[in-house]
Amino acid sequence: MTSAHETTTSVDPGFDTALPALQIGAYTLRNRLIMGTGGITDLAALEKALAVSGTSLTTVAMRRFNPELKTSVFTMLERLGIDVLPNTAGCFTVKDTVLTAELAREALETNLIKVEVIADEHTLLPDVIETLAATEQLADRGFTPLVYTSDDPAAALRMEQAGAAAVMPLGAPIGTGLGILNPHNIELIATRAQVPVILDAGIGAASEAALAMELGCEAVLVASAVTRAQRPAAMAHAVRRAVEAGWHSRSAGRIPRRQHAQASSTFEGVIDPVEELT
Amino acid sequence: MPTVRINDQSIDLPPGATVAHAVEHTTGRELTPEGRPADGGRLGVAVALEGSVVPRSLWAAADLEENAQLEIVTAVQGG
Repeated sequence: MTSAHETTTSVDPGFDTALPALQIGAYTLRNRLIMGTGGITDLAALEKALAVSGTSLTTVAMRRFNPELKTSVFTMLERLGIDVLPNTAGCFTVKDTVLTAELAREALETNLIKVEVIADEHTLLPDVIETLAATEQLADRGFTPLVYTSDDPAAALRMEQAGAAAVMPLGAPIGTGLGILNPHNIELIATRAQVPVILDAGIGAASEAALAMELGCEAVLVASAVTRAQRPAAMAHAVRRAVEAGWHSRSAGRIPRRQHAQASSTFEGVIDPVEELT
Repeated sequence: MPTVRINDQSIDLPPGATVAHAVEHTTGRELTPEGRPADGGRLGVAVALEGSVVPRSLWAAADLEENAQLEIVTAVQGG
């Protein structure tokens, strides 16, 4: 059955409507939307949102084993066929970050690590000095570091030089839903980077995920925007489509911005103005 | 009988206990000598002993001394 808004004729668009996979170090990311799993207590709703999002890579945190927790997010991701991206959330120092990454590699059998070293609990902003040192050490130890950093283009470049397999600048502080506060910086980071740039943190609605892709990001990480939405699965669907739309919008080549209007209807052949009745 | 600290809790383990015993005690799952769950599937757990990661292949050989400090971690929701 065809929905009311879809046409029944199919035309070859002349390009691939499916997005290409993304190479991050030795890892192939099959889908451009990375999801987070925090911020939701209803695990059935989380599972549905993850499935609807189409994600192939999803973050988890590493914490002390709690025998009272009967359900495991790890088991859920395995069931959904989603790869796991452990993060180092909660780490403030290089030492804690490296140990957490080593534990994650051992527990989850992956070299992928989302490096997250925060400065304080109030802003959750990345401590770029510690992050840089941690990235260097983790790259040396054979990890594939995806590095959460500030939206500072100079800092982003340093992360890449330190061994980041992907740079993940924040759009806005974690959980704020403020969107992309400095689009110019994000575009500059994406333009200069030799490794994939993945927008991380700050997205509150689907349009902001589309903007990230239009600015040149190769992928987007979304957590709270979906998990704390009133209808998580519906937002997951919207963000998935937005990432696709933003990627195509970028590759389609947008028109330049102009100071003045440019008519899209020709003035040639326009009828004579009717004389005013007196 | 060594008393060890697992995730900041004091636990009494039988004499000759190893890291593998501590993991079995904490997770409630029996392990193979290679540190994999005997019931199949994946364990998704890692261990740090005195601040250093012990690879699962060495769990059965890693003896625990009195007051040994262990961290046993797994993946939880986050990010």
